[in-house]
Amino acid sequence: MKRILVGNIAEIAEKRSRVVKIGSIEIAMFKLSGGAIKAIENRCPHKAGKLSEGIVCDHHVFCPLHDWKIDLHDGQVQAPDDGCVASFEVEVDEHNGDMWLHIADESILAS
Amino acid sequence: MKKKVVLIGNGMAGVSCIEQLLKLSPNLYDITIFGSEPHPNYNRILLSSVLAGDADMNDIVINDWSWYEENHITLHTGQTVSKIDTNRKLVRTDGGISVPYDELIIATGSLPFMLPLPGADKEGVIAFRDIKDCETMIETAKKYKKAVVIGGGLLGLEAARGLLNLNMEVSVVHIHEYVMERQLDQTASAMLRAELERQGMNFLLKKNTDSILGKKRVTGVRFTDGVEVDADLVVMAVGIRPNIALAKNSGIEINRGIVVNDFLETSVPNIYAVGECVEHRGVAYGLVAPLYEQGAVLAKRLAGIETGGYHGSVVSTKLKVSGVDVFSAGAYADGPDTRAVRVQDDFEGIYKKAVIKDGKVIGAVLFGDISDGSRLFAMIRNGEDVTGKEKEVLLGEGGGKAKSGVDLVAAMSDDEIVCGCNGVSKGAIVQAIQEKGCSSINDIKACTKASGSCGGCKPLVGDVLTYVLGADGVKSVKEGICGCTTLGRDEVVEAIRSMRLTTSKEVMNVLEWSNTEGCSKCRPALNYYLGMVWPEEHEDERESRFVNERNHANIQKDGTYSVVPRMYGGVTTPKDLKKIAEIAEKYEVPLVKVTGGQRIDLLGVKKEDLPGMWADLDMPSGYAYGKTLRTVKTCVGSTFCRFGTQDSIGMGIQLEKRFERLNTPAKVKMAVSGCPRNCAEATIKDFGVVAIDGGWELHVGGNGGTKLRGTDLLCKVKTEEEVLEWSGAYLQYYRETGKYNERTSEWLERVGLDTVKAALESKEDRLALVERIEKTLDLMKDPWKEIIEKQELRKTFEPMDTQAAQTIL
Repeated sequence: MKRILVGNIAEIAEKRSRVVKIGSIEIAMFKLSGGAIKAIENRCPHKAGKLSEGIVCDHHVFCPLHDWKIDLHDGQVQAPDDGCVASFEVEVDEHNGDMWLHIADESILAS
Repeated sequence: MKKKVVLIGNGMAGVSCIEQLLKLSPNLYDITIFGSEPHPNYNRILLSSVLAGDADMNDIVINDWSWYEENHITLHTGQTVSKIDTNRKLVRTDGGISVPYDELIIATGSLPFMLPLPGADKEGVIAFRDIKDCETMIETAKKYKKAVVIGGGLLGLEAARGLLNLNMEVSVVHIHEYVMERQLDQTASAMLRAELERQGMNFLLKKNTDSILGKKRVTGVRFTDGVEVDADLVVMAVGIRPNIALAKNSGIEINRGIVVNDFLETSVPNIYAVGECVEHRGVAYGLVAPLYEQGAVLAKRLAGIETGGYHGSVVSTKLKVSGVDVFSAGAYADGPDTRAVRVQDDFEGIYKKAVIKDGKVIGAVLFGDISDGSRLFAMIRNGEDVTGKEKEVLLGEGGGKAKSGVDLVAAMSDDEIVCGCNGVSKGAIVQAIQEKGCSSINDIKACTKASGSCGGCKPLVGDVLTYVLGADGVKSVKEGICGCTTLGRDEVVEAIRSMRLTTSKEVMNVLEWSNTEGCSKCRPALNYYLGMVWPEEHEDERESRFVNERNHANIQKDGTYSVVPRMYGGVTTPKDLKKIAEIAEKYEVPLVKVTGGQRIDLLGVKKEDLPGMWADLDMPSGYAYGKTLRTVKTCVGSTFCRFGTQDSIGMGIQLEKRFERLNTPAKVKMAVSGCPRNCAEATIKDFGVVAIDGGWELHVGGNGGTKLRGTDLLCKVKTEEEVLEWSGAYLQYYRETGKYNERTSEWLERVGLDTVKAALESKEDRLALVERIEKTLDLMKDPWKEIIEKQELRKTFEPMDTQAAQTIL
């Protein structure tokens, strides 16, 4: 397991997303209304759409390609579609707003 | 200790039986499943969608690996059961696994029937049965061109359509004169063939295949009449036969299929069989609905719940080929003792036939419009007496239709399948309504997936809803602008005006949205309505814009973007062209294309390159991506053309400069033609201008895309100033009354041409509208420039820098 500094919360607008690339994996970092940060793989399980470009509603994102709805808490695709996106733990430094991503070594290697 | 149930065959029939068993009594059995394919359970009937490119492999998986785990099912894939020891109650696989059973279900399905032709073993000769066959076709299409499909039945035509989609040249060989002769009568068959020929399919009818030609790989097919055709791929789709080898070797009674009684019991105690491997009352089925029905009966039997048994199925067929609607059910052929009601409309390409015998509908064929399919199918199954109202069966009689739909639902048993694609029974839908509070077709879709795939059963799902809840209980009458609200467009806009709401958040709060932050449908719509009503007060909500309007470029399927610079009226200069060419080279743009709207499209640009490219171009955005004015297409007009009566280029440029960047409910396309020859095709545009001697005709509400619609003539005017005045008033009226995402063609049909004419009739009204549109237009800025200049916008186009700092946890 690695803990990687990926930027500062000020770099992401609310209800928007920014992308970080770690090795060969692309991760979308979302800021929800209220400031919570969520991280999931930037790849819809349907047709590999860039989830970072989707519209964010509460803790869900809608894939820009075919409108699949994904829960940002756990990466679960919402009914009636089915599937799951890898989600990652994010640690935010309360003092300076730095975001640290927790990521298993094998998930960097696997993709 | 729990009893052990073993299922041989990981296909739709067996697994659906297990699913039902788990619902009925989840903890009764230890379950083991063997499957010879290396996949989890998938929807075989949707393989044609995979081939057609409408779905990928993942889309058609019914139960993924985790389902097996969650239900504690032991799954052995890639294992073929080679022996059943009926004395010791054991099954053995070719991989050496041996498992005891208390109850055994055989669901080995069917095998494609391969014609025993000379050369049938050559490379490139395949069936169309499983994922592997699909993969072979997709791979072959990358290297080869010519495909021959042997068999003009349902499966053959679906395979052929898939191969056409893969850009192969496809010939369908059929032994009969008519394709799908087992499901269609001659009229419907001929209509189907004509449509498929139009799509590019070639037919070789009344042909018997003699041999497959070639050395190692197939190169052609020879027929018994001596004719030969070239082929790089031969797909045999002549039929299926029940896969009974295992049962036969184990001493279980077989005939054409594994013989079962009404409780799906074979001749050997504790061994059952379901699906396509089964022969029940002399019939072996090759379609999906019967196997669900069989599975439901067997599941009850195994769960120890009383069941009346399985009494055979009436089957219906739907061809899953895009752009062709075909339905067939029951005894569709005419006989000496049958009479039929027929509707044939060559103009719409519609054919309907209901076959009636002894006062009952016994079969039906539909082509072109299959909306009556589920209703007719229910009538056939229920054997309702239609004596004296035979014509109403097809033609309907003032409301009689809907009533009879509900009556038919009432007569259906709970096991009957409503949605064939997803295997959802009437009982499951009724349960979703009663226990989970579903009250609309969308609820049912979300809850059970019924009507979620091909959508053909929507009317029947609606009937089930009406049957359970009564006509007043069904939420279909009033649909809100999205699932978050029951309010329609007009109510929302009225609330925005009267309560002076200026942000989406306020609208959703005040109007009590069920999802606090809305959804992907309402958020962009609210953002548009707010901007339309309050152009100055409302701040555009970037986070509510679709990706294209947020990034000001058109996202492509691989996540790259396309860039279209503004080129007013389609007029450019050598200098601009050189600049565009140099920039295309600098950024290694993979594809440069001229668009349908007379612009240059640079495709395949990486997101992080967009701002740099825009800066280098130093041209305004061509807005080829938004709900806004796209382009004004022009012909040469009097500038050069010997027929031109007016300066169409000049007029087009004026219009484009005036209305560029305008937010509209949906995209708006314009054109200006310099004479009535109309080379700019102005009469299929949202707003089209055609020059006539001494004036201009103004045309509105055209569409050349999804649904072709010629424009209506709004009026004729004399001067260019009048063209600008009328076009501004028209566009603003559309902005103020259109639904988000509603093109002018749909809008005009909804509100009516006379309404629009009346709204624009007086000069005073027109000028008021023009004043409002100008107020909006004055506030618009070029988005590319804005992004280049504002650092905080520009940086969102780049990935965040990951810092070197990291720790090992």
